[in-house]
Amino acid sequence: MRYIEPHAHMVSRTTDDYMAMVIAGCKAVCEPAFWAGFDRSSVNGFYDYFCQLTDYEPKRAAKFKLPHFSWLCINPKEAEDLVLAREVISMIPDFIGRKNVLGIGEIGLNKNSRNELTILEEHVNLAAEHNQLILVHTPHLEDKLKGTRLIVDLIKNDSRIDPNRVLIDHVEEHTVKYVMDAGMWGGLTLYPESKCTSPRAIDIIENFGADRLWMNSACDWGISVPLAVPYAAQEMRRRGYDDDTLDQVFFKNPVKFLSQCHNFSVRD
Amino acid sequence: MLKPKDKQNSVELYFMEARSKLIDIAAFMDRIERDGQTDDYRYKAFLDALKELDSEKRAESVLLALSDPTEEPIEAATTKAASGAWPDKPQ
Repeated sequence: MRYIEPHAHMVSRTTDDYMAMVIAGCKAVCEPAFWAGFDRSSVNGFYDYFCQLTDYEPKRAAKFKLPHFSWLCINPKEAEDLVLAREVISMIPDFIGRKNVLGIGEIGLNKNSRNELTILEEHVNLAAEHNQLILVHTPHLEDKLKGTRLIVDLIKNDSRIDPNRVLIDHVEEHTVKYVMDAGMWGGLTLYPESKCTSPRAIDIIENFGADRLWMNSACDWGISVPLAVPYAAQEMRRRGYDDDTLDQVFFKNPVKFLSQCHNFSVRD
Repeated sequence: MLKPKDKQNSVELYFMEARSKLIDIAAFMDRIERDGQTDDYRYKAFLDALKELDSEKRAESVLLALSDPTEEPIEAATTKAASGAWPDKPQ
């Protein structure tokens, strides 16, 4: 099979993971900017990180013949410090023109605070001003319901943003309808404990259709599985899905969304 | 809606896995009771969420039972972590 990994934090992974993904059929990997597991001490840390995402990591992936794309932002976990967050946002336009950049992400909320919302709004404004795609992280666990509603409402209220160019990630059974009804795309994240298991993600696709949903591993430095996407494909096979459907869900759908950015291209 | 052309028997596919998880839940509850931790807000939320297994949309209802139902943003984030249950849920 062929598939796209639309959300993976490869800077946290080993070359063995790149090898395994390519062997499993991965044709492109997309890496949103995220929290490093600790707070950066200054804007310089983000400058280095953006260089890593737009220069070093694509070269590392290229050694495995895997196209690498990235999204840029300051993540919501570091948005409580408005001064730092604004310094980082002001630096992003310098990187938007780099050839592997897909858009602004993964922005969003973590604990649903006022400062997080302020920085989310400023990211959305940045995306609108530069005509960028948007990838949104929704909060974890008990905070997801409220956060998803706040995020979707904020973006819907900005008339410059086409909902079809927004992907709301980490949707689950209690948030997916809100996202679908808003005309946005949804991401189903396959984690061993939190977020979705493969069977649940497939249930959601069976209930809501696959037109505007994709699956991702969101593999990072925590407990996560870089091959979660092809594992989910295998789970769909077990349920009786044919190869054409798998190709639609795991390759053509993410390509359809990502191709809205002219920087994205992938070989069949 | 999406359906497989060659639909398989879901009980055949998932019964053993669900059975195993059910026994794990039972053992978890025994363990919490044995350790005297039944007053933990997360465990109380867990017991509340179990009642949703009688509802129509079980997965969605369980997630809703464990969620913060409020709508206003909080003043400031004092932690980055989530616990899996809403700490302020009235008991």
